[in-house]
Amino acid sequence: MSVILVFLLVIAGIAGWWLSQQRLMSKPWLEHGPDVAFAQEDVTGMPTAKIGLGVFLAVVGALFALFASAYFMRMELSDWQAPPVPRLLWLNTGILFLSSVALHCAVLASRNDEIRTTRLALITGGLTALAFLAGQLLAWRELAAAGYFVDSNPANGFFYLLTGMHGLHILGGLVALALTTYRTWTKPLDGRLKLGVELCAMYWHFLLFIWVAVLVLLAGWASDFIDICRQLLS
Amino acid sequence: MVDVTPGSRDAVPPAEVPDVELYHPHSWWTTYVFSQDAKVIAIQYAGTAMAIGFVALVLSWLMRLQLGFPGTFDFITPEAYYQFITMHGMIMVVYLLTALFLGGFGNYLIPLMVGARDMVFPYANMLSYWIYLLAVLVLVASFFAPGGPTGAGWTLYPPQAILSGTPGGQDWGILLMLFSLILFIIGFTMGGLNYVVTVLQARARGMTLMRLPLTVWGIFTATVMALLAFPALFVACVMMLFDRLLGTSFFMPALVEMGEQLSYGGGSPILFQHLFWFFGHPEVYIVALPAFGIVSDLISTHARKNIFGYRMMVWAIVAIGALSFIVWAHHMYVSGMHPYFGFFFATTTLIIAVPTAIKVYNWVLTLWRGDIHLSLPMLFALAFIVTFVNGGLTGLFLGNVVVDVPLSDTMFVVAHFHMVMGVAPIMVIFGAIYHWYPKITGRMLNDAMGHFHFWVTFIGAYAIFFPMHYVGLVGVPRRYPELGETAFIPDSVHDLNAFITVAALIVGFAQMVFLFNLFWSLRYGKEAGGNPWRATTLEWQTPQTPPAHGNWGKELPVVYRWAYDYSVPGAPQDFIAQNDPGPPNLPRHA
Amino acid sequence: MAIAVVLVLVVVGSVVFHLLSPWWWTPIASNWGYIDNTLVITFWITGIVFAAVVLFMAYCVFRFRHKEGSKAAYEPENRKLESWLTVITAIGVAAMLAPGLYVWSQFISVPDDATEVEVIAQQWQWSYRLPGEDGRLGKSDNRLVSLENPLGIDPEDPNGQDDVVVEAADLHLPIDKPVKMLLRSIDVLHDFYVPEFRAKMDMVPGSVTYFWFTPTRTGTFEVLCAELCGVGHAFMRGIVMVDNEEDYLAWLAEQSTFAQLSEAQQVGTLEEERP
Repeated sequence: MSVILVFLLVIAGIAGWWLSQQRLMSKPWLEHGPDVAFAQEDVTGMPTAKIGLGVFLAVVGALFALFASAYFMRMELSDWQAPPVPRLLWLNTGILFLSSVALHCAVLASRNDEIRTTRLALITGGLTALAFLAGQLLAWRELAAAGYFVDSNPANGFFYLLTGMHGLHILGGLVALALTTYRTWTKPLDGRLKLGVELCAMYWHFLLFIWVAVLVLLAGWASDFIDICRQLLS
Repeated sequence: MVDVTPGSRDAVPPAEVPDVELYHPHSWWTTYVFSQDAKVIAIQYAGTAMAIGFVALVLSWLMRLQLGFPGTFDFITPEAYYQFITMHGMIMVVYLLTALFLGGFGNYLIPLMVGARDMVFPYANMLSYWIYLLAVLVLVASFFAPGGPTGAGWTLYPPQAILSGTPGGQDWGILLMLFSLILFIIGFTMGGLNYVVTVLQARARGMTLMRLPLTVWGIFTATVMALLAFPALFVACVMMLFDRLLGTSFFMPALVEMGEQLSYGGGSPILFQHLFWFFGHPEVYIVALPAFGIVSDLISTHARKNIFGYRMMVWAIVAIGALSFIVWAHHMYVSGMHPYFGFFFATTTLIIAVPTAIKVYNWVLTLWRGDIHLSLPMLFALAFIVTFVNGGLTGLFLGNVVVDVPLSDTMFVVAHFHMVMGVAPIMVIFGAIYHWYPKITGRMLNDAMGHFHFWVTFIGAYAIFFPMHYVGLVGVPRRYPELGETAFIPDSVHDLNAFITVAALIVGFAQMVFLFNLFWSLRYGKEAGGNPWRATTLEWQTPQTPPAHGNWGKELPVVYRWAYDYSVPGAPQDFIAQNDPGPPNLPRHA
Repeated sequence: MAIAVVLVLVVVGSVVFHLLSPWWWTPIASNWGYIDNTLVITFWITGIVFAAVVLFMAYCVFRFRHKEGSKAAYEPENRKLESWLTVITAIGVAAMLAPGLYVWSQFISVPDDATEVEVIAQQWQWSYRLPGEDGRLGKSDNRLVSLENPLGIDPEDPNGQDDVVVEAADLHLPIDKPVKMLLRSIDVLHDFYVPEFRAKMDMVPGSVTYFWFTPTRTGTFEVLCAELCGVGHAFMRGIVMVDNEEDYLAWLAEQSTFAQLSEAQQVGTLEEERP
């Protein structure tokens, strides 16, 4: 359970940092009046939707950290045999990276009020993400064709499980992205829409990060890294 | 310390919190059914949770009938008994307590108590309820599925959970249970985001964290924990579904079932237990922390005294929330995990007793030199303290690794967790309902029925679960539909079991009176007025009772003080509302 | 008012119930008296805390209940009092934890002279395996389980040939000899539970768990399963008899080894095939 504990430690660090700014040591019964509570302390000052997405990403992070924990614990048992990582995955990683870049361009363009570039970048981001999903499906077929079925080894099971779970999150993101893209035609490019574009990009970057983490896990680098750490410690 | 000069009080700048874009219902359907108003969603959540909780209550009667009078009821076969305990446990912990505290009380109280118009993501909030309802319906469907509901015990331990030796293991039961849990978690996440972000972002001007009522602190911290802990259950459920449906061996070792070699191999049942309890232990505090918070406010309000040691109470809530993530394996002392873990987890588990004890001290010290009104919420709060202290202390037996060895998996455990996370939080739920019903409906609950309900429930519940510890001490294992002829179990244990069953049935009957009261008082209850308990917190200061859509009329409240200004020396009344600028130059006591 | 009286009655009733209760643990039959002692310490400490808190509460309710014109005191906090209470609580917790951890360290360190006894659980019966004359148990694997080899003992392993197999029958143990119970399951989770021994541990298919103890009293003890294992859970019973040396050896002499059993089975199958 080490991965999830490290993850929670990070969350606790963020929560602790935030709490430390909330004057938890103050004696509230001695302070009255509204102006001791300065406006900037009242709320975070960030857009609510952004905070909401941030909290949601923490939940998604916890989910994948737990999968990673389970992966490591299951890996230690004797029957573990990792399947080869299909070459295609590297191409897919590149495509997902492009998708993330495209959405980042969309954010920059929307900030400059370049509505056409924004639309183009959003559509590029969406299409590349679809291409990523298609690539993932091809990778599944490739593995299955080579005889690495979901039930033939737990490592294979994790491969399908993790890539599938990640793919589902991309799919959910695509719904939001499609909605935002549609709005660039129907709504003016105001602060609200810009925020929407930004949130899509934020989600995409996070899922790219998750994907890289999953890939590192599946390619076996994570366990190599842990082995090195263990050797250094002992 | 910081104080305000009288002059500056008049120069309150307008609220800088931007108004939440309020959704406006257009029809009866969107007002009462597909509503995005947190208050309506709260009532939907609470109603559904209590309805399914009632099913679980009936299941507990059936179990008790079997345990008290084994062999009398032919239809309670061992299969049925295991299905009853499984559904009873899972419903009570997840679908009743979690949903009622967070979805019910959280939805109703958070926006009102922090001075917001509504939750920040009302649409997701509405979806949260409907997905929860779907989860409940899927769960109920398993009663009618071929093979009936799962009988794997609420812990759903593999391998037996998905094998044919367990009811529902190779039928629909376990599948529907897992699907239902996955749905619940998705729905809860949508609601949970709301509760957390509303507290973070939508507090009224002047509502600093240290001015939040402890109810909000409790629900907020519990929600944060739930958001981080439920994914563990999600992972466990998904992996078990893979094992059951796709034949993977995440949790399934090589095994021979009824003389037949299965194709599984190499998996680890302990892995499931780690995942399950990584959710399961925080879950205990996900239920307890809202109860802690609410009971603090009940005691303070009805003793007309500020909660003693508010800061300590806040710190303790945060500390318990954080610590509860590193104690999970105390449920697994005898699971066969590495024995050295026992040292670590026993230590962390007993450390968590310290902040918990501080909370108990502060509750009873709040009573000290108070002006205690023995209203129904106060009575239930007192009953909570008794049962919680009792159940918490037996937790010290089970948390202390070596003492747990003889007691684990006996009725002692059953008595312990029912006392501490069954009876105690339920007492708070009742107290809270008697306390806030006037705000929700505008009428008081009937007092006479309420007193009957209180006395029977409190004394009855104690009579059920206190003696049950001793059944466990004798060595009676849990999850036995009948004890049979067992030499070390004296006959008197059977008599005690019969007594417990009778007590359980009586307590169950008292709940019917409570339910009747809920409906009867809707029509015939005494008019309550806006603030019958003369409480300080914001939900009692709404312009309308019950609060209208948008909660606050034209202007959001401005908060001038903490939530506990009761019996302030020099004040004309024994309470000053949070949004009351108050008399000038009130003397302050350190 | 009534509630104050009831609170006192709850405390008095609980204490009286505890003292007069005929329901107490079964007389111990192993060396784990330490566990009982730790339990008794915990009972005392928690009992005192429970009585103190509830009685204090009863007094508060009695003394400070609402009367016309009464007003509550104003006291936001009292750091000194809170610190003291924290320290005292920490001491109380340490007083329970320290003996607990000490006994746990004994519980998990098996003495070198302990003899190994393997318990094999399956839905819903108990079987046992004792090391033969070589004092070593042969390898086993659930994959090898079959009708002829119900315990999954590896026939290739010479250490296993002389293992004594007790299938679905009573187990006998010699008194005053430490035993290390190796626990194995061939289907689902079980838990080898003899209340008189105090010690217990889950059995997990795919791995071997253990606990150790020394029987200190002769007699017949019931084995129960303490981990839900399917519909037959409550009926999964067995018997452990703790014997003196002489009786134990006599019982042991009557048992068959793995080699004898497999030989008999082979002969049996040959005979069946003949006509």
